[in-house]
Amino acid sequence: MINKTTPEFSLEALKSGEPNEFARFVDTFSGPIYRMALKMLGDGQDAEDVLQNTFLNAFKHIHSFEERSSLSTWLYRIAANEALMLIRKRHPETTLTDTNLEDAEGEDYSPLQFVDWCCLPEDELLSVEARRHLDRAIQRLPEKLRIVFILRDLEGLSIEETGQALDLSQTAVKTRLLRARLNLREQLSSYYGELTHDRRDKK
Amino acid sequence: MTQTAHCKSLLESLSDYVDGTLNEDLCVELQRHISACQNCSIVVDTLRKTIYLYHATTAEPANVPLDVRERLFHSLKLEAYLQH
Ligand SMILES: [Zn+2]
Repeated sequence: MINKTTPEFSLEALKSGEPNEFARFVDTFSGPIYRMALKMLGDGQDAEDVLQNTFLNAFKHIHSFEERSSLSTWLYRIAANEALMLIRKRHPETTLTDTNLEDAEGEDYSPLQFVDWCCLPEDELLSVEARRHLDRAIQRLPEKLRIVFILRDLEGLSIEETGQALDLSQTAVKTRLLRARLNLREQLSSYYGELTHDRRDKK
Repeated sequence: MTQTAHCKSLLESLSDYVDGTLNEDLCVELQRHISACQNCSIVVDTLRKTIYLYHATTAEPANVPLDVRERLFHSLKLEAYLQH
């Protein structure tokens, strides 16, 4: 998450291509951008490609940055485009088109699992294996839901900022976010539900 | 173990509810329903927990591995500023 206390940057220095200021800019934002790419793509090499292209593009286009959004939202926007482009390149056959997505959005996403796994202890909920499962669950989301969930719930952008980064209305962001969260809840219910079951059996 | 029409009609409000941004009328309606419907109560609790767990996984500061940072600075022709 890029927190609100990130150092201020001189836009003037960035726009005039001052390398010292740009290096500071890179060091401030590369962590969150790399993590976002990693969660989005699930592959270190792909994430590194997105990271490099994001800052190359930022370098190239900073002069036209108009402050309609914050600098970090602007950067997330570039990174999101790069990540989605890479996914399309890697898997042209499985990528959802917009019409497919609308079909998917029309789908019934009512909850199917009603196991209460909340009482599992924290060290089981966040064990190394559980964390791997959490990451895998994100990878299984359709990418247009995945990117919304990552920006809003992992990177902590507001609904408005997520909309700015993805060219989506706030209503669209909210709809996709709800679907993503419910989808993840189903996936986690399968996984943690089983753990809850095992614990009960042991008692 | 199926959901009623009322459960389904409240589904759209769940995100706003767990984010604390749901308007008051709907919030009251939802809370009243949850206190009487075990399924929805579990859905709300586990949904909240789902978001909490993902927050927990990103609570640590995001760092770029050293070798990745080095290659990044090279690709941007900023090698001279690697020491920072
Ligand atoms: Zn219900």
